[in-house]
Amino acid sequence: MAFLEISNLEKFYGPTQVVRDFSLDVEKGEFISFLGPSGCGKTTTLRMVAGFETPTKGSIRIDGKDVVNVRPNARNIGMVFQSYALFPNLTVAQNVGFGLRVAGVAKAEIASRVAEMLDLIGLADLGGRYPFQLSGGQQQRVALARALAPRPQVLLLDEPLSALDAQIRVNLRTEIRAIQRRLGITTIYVTHDQEEALSMSDRVVVMHKGAADQVGSPVAIYNRPATRFVASFVGTLNQIEGVVVDPHNGIVTVAGASFTLAESIKAATGATVMLAFRPEVLRLGQPGPGDVTLAGKIAEVHFLGPVVRVKVAVGDALLSLDTQNRAAVALPVVGEDVSVSVATGDIIVLAD
Amino acid sequence: MNRIMAYIALFFGVMYFLLPLIGTVEFSLSMRRGVYSLDAYRVVLADPMFQQTFGFSVIMALFTIVFGVLLVVPTAYWVRLKVPGLRPYVEFITLLPLVIPAIVIVFGYIRLYNTSSFLPMTGTAFRTNILLMFGYATLALPYMYRAVDTGLRTIDVGTLTEAAQSLGASWFTIMTRVILPNVLAAVLSGAFLTFAIVIGEFTMAALLDRPAFGPYMQLLGANRAYEPAALAVIAFAITWACMGLIQLVTRFSKHAQAAR
Repeated sequence: MAFLEISNLEKFYGPTQVVRDFSLDVEKGEFISFLGPSGCGKTTTLRMVAGFETPTKGSIRIDGKDVVNVRPNARNIGMVFQSYALFPNLTVAQNVGFGLRVAGVAKAEIASRVAEMLDLIGLADLGGRYPFQLSGGQQQRVALARALAPRPQVLLLDEPLSALDAQIRVNLRTEIRAIQRRLGITTIYVTHDQEEALSMSDRVVVMHKGAADQVGSPVAIYNRPATRFVASFVGTLNQIEGVVVDPHNGIVTVAGASFTLAESIKAATGATVMLAFRPEVLRLGQPGPGDVTLAGKIAEVHFLGPVVRVKVAVGDALLSLDTQNRAAVALPVVGEDVSVSVATGDIIVLAD
Repeated sequence: MNRIMAYIALFFGVMYFLLPLIGTVEFSLSMRRGVYSLDAYRVVLADPMFQQTFGFSVIMALFTIVFGVLLVVPTAYWVRLKVPGLRPYVEFITLLPLVIPAIVIVFGYIRLYNTSSFLPMTGTAFRTNILLMFGYATLALPYMYRAVDTGLRTIDVGTLTEAAQSLGASWFTIMTRVILPNVLAAVLSGAFLTFAIVIGEFTMAALLDRPAFGPYMQLLGANRAYEPAALAVIAFAITWACMGLIQLVTRFSKHAQAAR
């Protein structure tokens, strides 16, 4: 039995369904991200776990106990908000100690726990400050400490880094993950930033139109997207049409040439399928044995520093190709005729 | 040229407000023939009626403030949090006392709560005082509600409430430890306005026959020459002290900068 079990969750606002048949088992100590565009239902799902929204249908069990009818202040869940939501009238230390004070913990114990938490977030000296005297990154750290201080069963983070600058965002996400690992707390993290989700999580739930399109490890989500939506939302993806010749043996024709893919295809003979591959697996020239090779023309060259992003026109399609920058190799020239290749094992056949 | 016109306009504006005031002060100091003196003030302050009525009004003002805060803060909070769609209607209701004269309200009270009615509020002095407090709270409602609502606008009521809830706080804890402290400056400015209104109110107190400061001022004005002027200056000073306190409280509220 999983620590947090979400089963067949549904949520309607009037006639509009925002969450459909959402089920997820989260193990104790696991870090799960809900990833998706705005309006996909990720925040609503999180808020149902927190108790701020009531599900129309379905159950949420924490440690075996159904909490759907438990009030939010009795769920023992820590929550971190995008807007920090620190209490402006309280100092940093009072903010962190708020949950313990509400629970009636003894003063000495609150003080030691607050000190421990402030130490954990690296703000031990700032206990006496007021929230408005802190930077955004510091405020969010305090909010994290405040959520963790009462030792919640589950930690929920609702786009906690969205309001911060890029550099602080990267530092803080490493820090949050380190703290989560150290405390071993079961965590759900909502974000629309795929880099955050991929870099922090044990598993990622990609949400689309209120449903979980795919649940899997970051590597599986990126390398083996289950649906067209997951493939297009996470990372950049090239898509090219192929016609199925032999589904069992994975033989397709692309632009007139026939290739054997690494696995069988779940489609009928003669059907058109979408073949997808990432920019970083597409190579200029030097095809390996059995690779899918396509002839094209360089359309655009973007120098990004470590990476050179090239757009190659193949028939009607414009394929993205990433190569490592090397000082000894000249950049491709726009208009040049080239052949591009991709190993059959890197090709994903997309279902809908 | 424009600047000169502006100064002239300003001069006339200031004179319009200042001259009557200067006249009143001058007159209040003229009780003793030929020299300026504070005799009129001495007489007023020594009058036991002054002390009684002023004390009565101060106590009524304090109760009105407490009642107003208990009524308005949770209401404004709840409207913002749960039924924001009702805000225009609630605002309209809170503005009604500005439109309906106090005399109409008090006649309504007397008609509804007289001794032969289902709820004889005017039957005893104590119950009449309660009725008067309700009346005062109604008169102060537009100011109190607006002040508190503005205070609530400066904080993110919804998220702060949810943050407190997730930390285990009950509604009572949220109101007393999160919402009220964060709108305290606003509540206090509403409170001082209420105080100023109650101290000077005449109609309701007179028609409910309560020994308040307003009727006393009227009584004195009808029977004496110099004392009413002194009393007017005192009342004026009290009102301005309230305004000054509003400014002070707003300025010295420790976390005022947090309001974004």
